[in-house]
Amino acid sequence: MSERQANQRAGAYQAHFRVWRGDADGGGLTDFEVEVHEGEVVLDIIHRLQATQAPDLAVRWNCKAGKCGSCSAEINGRPRLMCMTRMSVFSRTETVTVTPMRAFPVLRDLVTDVAFNYTKAREIPAFVPPADLGPGEYRMQQEDVNRSQEFRKCIECFLCQNTCHVVRDHEENKDVFAGPRFLMRIAELDMHPLDAAPASGLDRKSTAQDEHGLGYCNITKCCTEVCPENIKITDNALIPLKERAADRKYDPLVWLGNKIRRRTE
Amino acid sequence: MAHVDRQTWDVVVVGAGGAGLRAAIEAREAGMRTAVICKSLFGKAHTVMAEGGIAASMGNANENDNWQVHFRDTMRGGKFLNQWRMAELHAREAPDRVWELETWGALFDRTADGRISQRNFGGHEYPRLAHVGDRTGLELIRTLQQKIVSLQQEDERDSGSYDAGLKVFQECTVTRVLKKDGRVSGVFCYQRESGRFFVLEAPAVVLATGGIGKSFKVTSNSWEYTGDGHALALLAGAPLINMEFVQFHPTGMVWPPSVKGILVTESVRGDGGVLRNSDGNRFMFDYIPDVFKEKYAQTEAEGDRWYEDPDNNRRPPELLPRDEVARAINAEVKAGRGSPHGGVFLDVSTRMPAEVIKRRLPSMHHQFKELADVDITAEPMEVGPTCHYVMGGVEVDPDSAAATGVPGLFAAGEVAGGMHGSNRLGGNSLSDLLVFGRRAGLYAAEYVAALRDRPAADPRDIDAAEAEALRPFSAEGGGQHADRGPAENPYTLHQELQQSMNDLVGIIRREGEMAEALERLAELRVRARRAGVEGHRQYNPGWHLAIDLRNMLLVSECVARAALEREESRGGHTRDDHPDMDRRWRNVNLVCELADTRADSGEADPALGQIRLSRRETPPIRRDLLELFDKDELVKYLTDEELSR
Repeated sequence: MSERQANQRAGAYQAHFRVWRGDADGGGLTDFEVEVHEGEVVLDIIHRLQATQAPDLAVRWNCKAGKCGSCSAEINGRPRLMCMTRMSVFSRTETVTVTPMRAFPVLRDLVTDVAFNYTKAREIPAFVPPADLGPGEYRMQQEDVNRSQEFRKCIECFLCQNTCHVVRDHEENKDVFAGPRFLMRIAELDMHPLDAAPASGLDRKSTAQDEHGLGYCNITKCCTEVCPENIKITDNALIPLKERAADRKYDPLVWLGNKIRRRTE
Repeated sequence: MAHVDRQTWDVVVVGAGGAGLRAAIEAREAGMRTAVICKSLFGKAHTVMAEGGIAASMGNANENDNWQVHFRDTMRGGKFLNQWRMAELHAREAPDRVWELETWGALFDRTADGRISQRNFGGHEYPRLAHVGDRTGLELIRTLQQKIVSLQQEDERDSGSYDAGLKVFQECTVTRVLKKDGRVSGVFCYQRESGRFFVLEAPAVVLATGGIGKSFKVTSNSWEYTGDGHALALLAGAPLINMEFVQFHPTGMVWPPSVKGILVTESVRGDGGVLRNSDGNRFMFDYIPDVFKEKYAQTEAEGDRWYEDPDNNRRPPELLPRDEVARAINAEVKAGRGSPHGGVFLDVSTRMPAEVIKRRLPSMHHQFKELADVDITAEPMEVGPTCHYVMGGVEVDPDSAAATGVPGLFAAGEVAGGMHGSNRLGGNSLSDLLVFGRRAGLYAAEYVAALRDRPAADPRDIDAAEAEALRPFSAEGGGQHADRGPAENPYTLHQELQQSMNDLVGIIRREGEMAEALERLAELRVRARRAGVEGHRQYNPGWHLAIDLRNMLLVSECVARAALEREESRGGHTRDDHPDMDRRWRNVNLVCELADTRADSGEADPALGQIRLSRRETPPIRRDLLELFDKDELVKYLTDEELSR
């Protein structure tokens, strides 16, 4: 049996791929005919292109198991992880188009500059450990950590950041908007049962609104739709954070309390 | 040389996984200006792949647990070849390292009384693994990442710059550790994005680069695992030990082909999953070795009772150490009792309700559903061994993590050797990263603080490192080796290397095959000199692979040479032609050093072996530690002479 026959028996076929190639100065889609085998994902095909046709094709990837969040791209216009997109979701005759994430500047080919996200991460105040508890003394109930644990499933693929319409086509909003991933980080810390931020004078809810652009979010849930971890970003993180922020803002007692505390500090 | 950017730091940490980040935190908190260099983006290191948990004898799930029990389990798992002082420090300090993570914001799963939950794992006597579902590695890396960010926020408040005291150079690769008069003087690196070279001058370098799995075809490791730190240490003159011990995790995915090798967490078995062959038999009961006979259930009924009543029953043999389970699966498949795609069946669907499976093993549920169309709540998984971890690594001082013979060089985590002996227990890796990452950072800082003068990087070494890194661009036409043959495709060379190591130095080893592997490695080294790349230096994966090949070829030779030399079977080293464990080999470490210090500088002949092997006797185990074991058990491992001391 020839190699070709063996491949056919194993379900191999030729697919048509269009991959964006270029850099900050510009680029375009390049066409490839490439072999696909049973069970493969889009990242396998990109790797085959590297090994056989385009050795310098730039792609960012690590674990190839949906755990590290490195291989984010847009496949036929949909933001996805290349390692978790199986070729079987496309018909054999369909052209598969792979382009870099649109909201971030291109470095080369499928690799974008995601520095925006690291900048935003630094702007979120860290967990504040309770002063009266030492290591080993933390006691928390599972039901109380469930909510924050859901948000800590985030693999930082930045697909939500890429998709969110507040920044996707509005470069000018990037300065004032942390994006769903980092608003969710604020919610995570705010819901942490032992976070001592309030005791330290930090009100995470109001900073979400005042400093990190929570108000820009108009809950269209695009972030939730693209999340490969199926985190309910909008329903479980952003909306509760908005409600809490609103409570604070419009509750006259809270308002008064804040004024007094600030004055006495 | 003049065009190579130079920066000065106190401590440079190579690698941003658990060990690297923990080292960086410690060095920065000791007041050192610390740089971290990592091949990937910050927060993507291979540590995120760890699933099951962190082993630490906190005693939350069973109050009988303590560091002595953890130490015993670790030594048994490593078949007593472990550097015992490292195993002791690890067992003693692991609980503090876990609790510390909580103060940095980690959220582990909880017990009913609100403490950190601990789960069962292979080779651990009590439930010991702190965990977050089956994504513990992600929690670990994110917590350390966020701790680093919080330190940077402090620096920003004090100095106006986030990067003043602790900076992460992401998507950068170190190709050489630089030395001056025998001491570390810095590292030579390239930036992925631009291809630009730069030098970080620092008197202390901590290697925390992880493992070597990308030298094997079927592996759970990511592309980063090319043995960089192992090779950097060798090239800097530091020896490696125990390189013959490579862990094949018993349960990797076997189908579809493109995901072959991806890890299936041991938690599946820890939480009740069982292994069956094509006849439906729980075959592990047939594979309990003599040294573990008294500690494992002899019947399915007893094994099943253990999950509810561990005090009055023995654990099921599915929870034997990984080397035992991997060999058993290999033998079942070979005997024709494998699953359709060449593995065996791992089943939780008949053991737990679907809801429990989804809650306790969410990543596994997701992974099989998405990648293999298998619903693990309704049907068994197909699994088989996959190259997972290297026990061998840089020989270090157990207390300080300092590499042997190279002042200023430290190593922690998977790149360091000794801690796990011949086989690592699941869960002992994440704790290892934290315990020895912290120690490496601490002692690197101490070393720097005690220096009176700082060695400067030698311009000639920088020039040589640059020439070496650029060689792949001149491989075709006009290059110095162009006369010896055509340019080679680095991807092809890599695939051939992986196939050779998989076939010839894999889970079961034979003398003739390993000798053949050494011949093939020599041939690949010659061809790798001609590895050529297309395009330019900006984010060029072909070029990066051509550079990484040097490292993979060096560590592969270490593995093959040491494996050929050790004529016994122990832990992650199984010889078909020497199937028994031999007590006379227990206290022998095989040491790998560079045979020719000019190796791969372009002058050494690649056809000749690059590695010189020697034997070193390990120091006797301290008496009070030996007394933690029954004499009946010790006689299985130690020679009569050692016992009579």
